[in-house]
Amino acid sequence: MKITIASGKGGTGKTFVSTNLFFAIQQEGTPVTLIDCDAEEPNVMEFFSGIRTEQYPIIQKVPVIHDDLCTYCDKCREYCNYNAIICLPQAKHIQVLEDLCHDCGACLAACQYNAITEKEKTLGHVSVYSLSSGASVVEGRLSIGVYSPIPVIKGAMHYPHQEENTLFDAPPGISCPFIATADKADYVVLVTEPTPFGLNDLKLSVQTLDTLQKSYGVVINRSGLGDNSIYEWLEEKGIPILAEIPFDKEIARVYSEGRLIAEVNPGYRYFFSNLYQKIQNHAGNCSSQR
Amino acid sequence: MKVAITSTGNTPESLLDSRFGRCAYFVIYDTQSKSTEYIPNPNKDSLEGAGPASIQLVASKGVEKVISGEFGAKVKSVFDRLQIQLIVIKDQEKTIKEILDLL
Ligand code: SF4
Ligand code: SF4
Repeated sequence: MKITIASGKGGTGKTFVSTNLFFAIQQEGTPVTLIDCDAEEPNVMEFFSGIRTEQYPIIQKVPVIHDDLCTYCDKCREYCNYNAIICLPQAKHIQVLEDLCHDCGACLAACQYNAITEKEKTLGHVSVYSLSSGASVVEGRLSIGVYSPIPVIKGAMHYPHQEENTLFDAPPGISCPFIATADKADYVVLVTEPTPFGLNDLKLSVQTLDTLQKSYGVVINRSGLGDNSIYEWLEEKGIPILAEIPFDKEIARVYSEGRLIAEVNPGYRYFFSNLYQKIQNHAGNCSSQR
Repeated sequence: MKVAITSTGNTPESLLDSRFGRCAYFVIYDTQSKSTEYIPNPNKDSLEGAGPASIQLVASKGVEKVISGEFGAKVKSVFDRLQIQLIVIKDQEKTIKEILDLL
């Protein structure tokens, strides 16, 4: 099963849940891979030590336009659906905006003057770490200055040697990077806080997941801190609460030390095993309903 | 000389639109003939690349100056290369007419 762990914004405990869940699943003897899809700020490996066994670049081709051959006929720009080319015949100006290029090849096909060639651009890297437990953590990391993290996220998510059971640690937010990560999952775990802000973000995430027709459940982090509105809303919508993580100083301390509470405290190991059980039950129910 | 101004509407009473790439209209003003043209911005709702597409549009009109509420870093760098001058007006309450009077 592929499970995405996501949150509407950063700092709600998404990585806390994904790393501890990963640990608890391994302890049960189930092979599992954890993939850090937050390519702009990957941080999963801060909680594990392991050896890097593989690293490969994610490469995109981008067009290069040669001024000396270009006649400024404007055809390549007309063919580009992504506004990635600016062509101003009067000013004799032509420019590719690499950030916007989707590597579709249309401009190359359009140019009749052989003025366009391609070069390779490195968008980021996928690294694979082998932990002492034998499990692997895969990390996508965007190169500095690259605009869209999507190709690197997809590159990490398609790591060919991942186990049948994989956890995707999603990028924060509800835009394309999150959608790319949720889209491949059989089940999505939304981590939130019981505050008005948390509820607001949760509503947006839920809307997106409904559009994608995903099954999902909610983990409430730092429960007991905010108000009741989130519980009322979840009840009204019939969205399951998979777990509530209490506000606990020990959790905060262990997390800030870069360690896993499920490893330090057996009670929490049990807690996360339980969460995994609930996810499986719930995902099973959802798929049998379809 | 031609000047482009981002506008929220298609009359002189319309307010300046603070966004460049996704503004509602472009006003193209010719300081010699004193003529104005209002062009609806086709890139208003583009998911991506509204900035560059809008540069393409105003630059192909031959403007030498662009007036808006703000410009992104990428947009700025392209305009720099085209040697088109950018003017930022922070006052959101300014109408197109008031801006034209300043030119
Ligand atoms: S490859 Fe496609 S997206 Fe990139 S500049 Fe050419 S036409 Fe545009
Ligand atoms: S199609 Fe080729 S010749 Fe025409 S503007 Fe583009 S690069 Fe230049």
